[in-house]
Amino acid sequence: MKQRILLGTVAALTMSAGTVLAGTLDDVMAKGHLQCGTNTGLVGFAAPDENGVWEGFDVAYCRALAAAIFGDPMAVKFTPLTGKTRFTALASGEIDVLSRNTTWTFSRDVDLKQTFVGINYYDGQGFMAKKSLGVSSAHELGGASVCIQTGTTTELNLADFFRSNGMEYDPIPIETNAEAREQFFADACDVYTTDRSGLAATRASHEDPDSLVVLPEIVSKEPLGPLVRHGDDQWADIARWVLNALVSAEELGITAANAMEMAEGTNNPEINRLLGSEGNFGEMIGLPGDWAVHAIMARGNYEEIFEAYIGVNTPIGLVRGVNALWTDGGLIYSPPFR
Amino acid sequence: MEYTAEGRRQSFRLSMLIYDTRYRSLTIQIAALVGLLLVIGWLVSNTAQNLSALGKPVNFGFLNQPASYDINQSFIEYSSRSSHLRASAIGLMNTLLVAVLGCALATVIGLVFGVLRLSKNWVIARLMTVYIEVFRNVPVLLWIVFYMAIIIEVLPAPRDFRGESPGSSMIFWDSVAITNRGVYVPEPLFSNGLGDISIFGLFAISLDLLALIFVLAIGIFAAGRVAQRANKTQEETGVRPSTWHYRTALIVLPSVTLLLALGFHLGLPELKGFNFSGGINMRNSLIALWLALACYTGAFIAEIVRAGILSVSKGQSEAAFALGLRPTQSMRLVILPQALRVIIPPLISQYLNLTKNSSLAIAIGYMDVTGTLGGITLNQTGRELECILLLIICFLCISLTVSAVLNWYNNLVKLKER
Repeated sequence: MKQRILLGTVAALTMSAGTVLAGTLDDVMAKGHLQCGTNTGLVGFAAPDENGVWEGFDVAYCRALAAAIFGDPMAVKFTPLTGKTRFTALASGEIDVLSRNTTWTFSRDVDLKQTFVGINYYDGQGFMAKKSLGVSSAHELGGASVCIQTGTTTELNLADFFRSNGMEYDPIPIETNAEAREQFFADACDVYTTDRSGLAATRASHEDPDSLVVLPEIVSKEPLGPLVRHGDDQWADIARWVLNALVSAEELGITAANAMEMAEGTNNPEINRLLGSEGNFGEMIGLPGDWAVHAIMARGNYEEIFEAYIGVNTPIGLVRGVNALWTDGGLIYSPPFR
Repeated sequence: MEYTAEGRRQSFRLSMLIYDTRYRSLTIQIAALVGLLLVIGWLVSNTAQNLSALGKPVNFGFLNQPASYDINQSFIEYSSRSSHLRASAIGLMNTLLVAVLGCALATVIGLVFGVLRLSKNWVIARLMTVYIEVFRNVPVLLWIVFYMAIIIEVLPAPRDFRGESPGSSMIFWDSVAITNRGVYVPEPLFSNGLGDISIFGLFAISLDLLALIFVLAIGIFAAGRVAQRANKTQEETGVRPSTWHYRTALIVLPSVTLLLALGFHLGLPELKGFNFSGGINMRNSLIALWLALACYTGAFIAEIVRAGILSVSKGQSEAAFALGLRPTQSMRLVILPQALRVIIPPLISQYLNLTKNSSLAIAIGYMDVTGTLGGITLNQTGRELECILLLIICFLCISLTVSAVLNWYNNLVKLKER
């Protein structure tokens, strides 16, 4: 019996390991769609809308990537993943790209053998509590029960934060955002901790957002971004430069509405190179010449995506802050298309 | 005759391995074994090769790295600086805790409900049927989540115990608090305890507990001797001396004396800050998992018990009644001992099922071994193969131990054929 179980495990791992080595772009082309790993449901970042179509900040990136490859933003299928299952899904080849508010860390990049292709949201871990709890600072949380998603960096930051501040706490590990909400709203835990963007999303989906308060402390750096497997540089390049194209598009004033028009040629050589009317960037990266046009037209440039799904005019209500363009004093920055 | 004599002298030829029935089965078995070993070898080497191509060769070194996460229920000392190995051990202990509690409660539920289902009282028998059919026909995962949801949503939060006119209050003279985070019960404390001893520097054991167990064991042994002597007297004279007060005293008095000497008192839970502190906290996840597993497995055990009882021929109970035994006595002394022979073997698989089902704990955040080693450790280190292999070994060891113990017990009660 033991051997049989062992065999099964080994066989499963062998098969999964085998698929890793093929060229991802060829695989995706052969499949006819992109397989994208997302959150199991986080309003604003990745959630199905009323028609069952996945939409959100993280989803929009996958739509842009699919559009760059196929010219069709809908040529993408989504695999909802928990914090625990996401890396295994990527490593095993179940998904082609993971766009699930994932923090870029040393060990994930180096030891888990992932390639982060950029940062699309600079975040930090925070705490959310009910206003009725009467807490105004994370330093008052000694002895509290803390709901936390397992398999995330927040789990480790939380341990470090309470340890370094000499406070006790009671960790309540949960799998998904939905479970966290259930426990938090029923007072089974006093505070819920995750990235502040995620807290804002959870708060926005509550019937009375004003009864919840996000504490001011930011206890960690959480640079979030899409990632792919180690070992396929061409695929990593595609994923990286689609993200850069969206950022550059904002900087250069290219929007979903005017991209097609600008693609016919402008006075700005960088726009021309990006949109394919000059040079052969598409050929270099292994995509059609108008890849960036389709990527931008999928859900707009970085600013349009941000404002449509998580910006101040949405229920999530996040301000650009450090996520503004570098030209506006933020950290969002794309290397040049040259 | 000459022909056959020559045939016997015929020397061994290679084709005989296939055509000679004396060797054929052996040949096939050896060929199959070699084939199987080759397949295993290929799988192992292919896995190792692919993993090293991925840059992740098999390596168990991560077990000594600091785990960096906290665990909310641990019997031995643990902090986020402890190693992954220690975190795994704590998960294993939590698995064992819920397995032992679950098996015990499931046995009680199964025994009582199985007997009651055969009751002549129509209402009780039907009620038991409903219970059994409802529980065993719904997946256990749903039960676990359902119990957890009920605990979280229905029971009061700790903050409801606060204030001038609290919405909830503690029960049993302010000693037990039932909240949606868990049940807080008083803990035994010793004001002049003996302290702890450290076992190989790995974990500490309370000397008070050891002393108490030792004294209790001696008391029970002595009481057993008294009972033996009473049996002997009864056999010799036919009169059984009344010894129950000696036996009770032998067990109770030394233990009570020891408790008094150690300064035994109860530490009551008390609302401090966000949560109750002091006392023993039975976490909501532990309670939900425990009850769900016990009720679910209990339904199966009830059916096994019923089958066992029905397997004892009616003549046995009639004979018991004829001897003047009451229904409860005949059940306890005549029917159940015989039914056990039928009950034990399938009971073993139910215990194993319960133990394995406890790995569903992760659904409600109970930190068992699948939650620590197979969950957070696996996720934070990315060592899927290593962690899953260790998990398999853990569960295999638990299951084989349970199975060995129960098989030993089965040998004790099974029909002795002479």
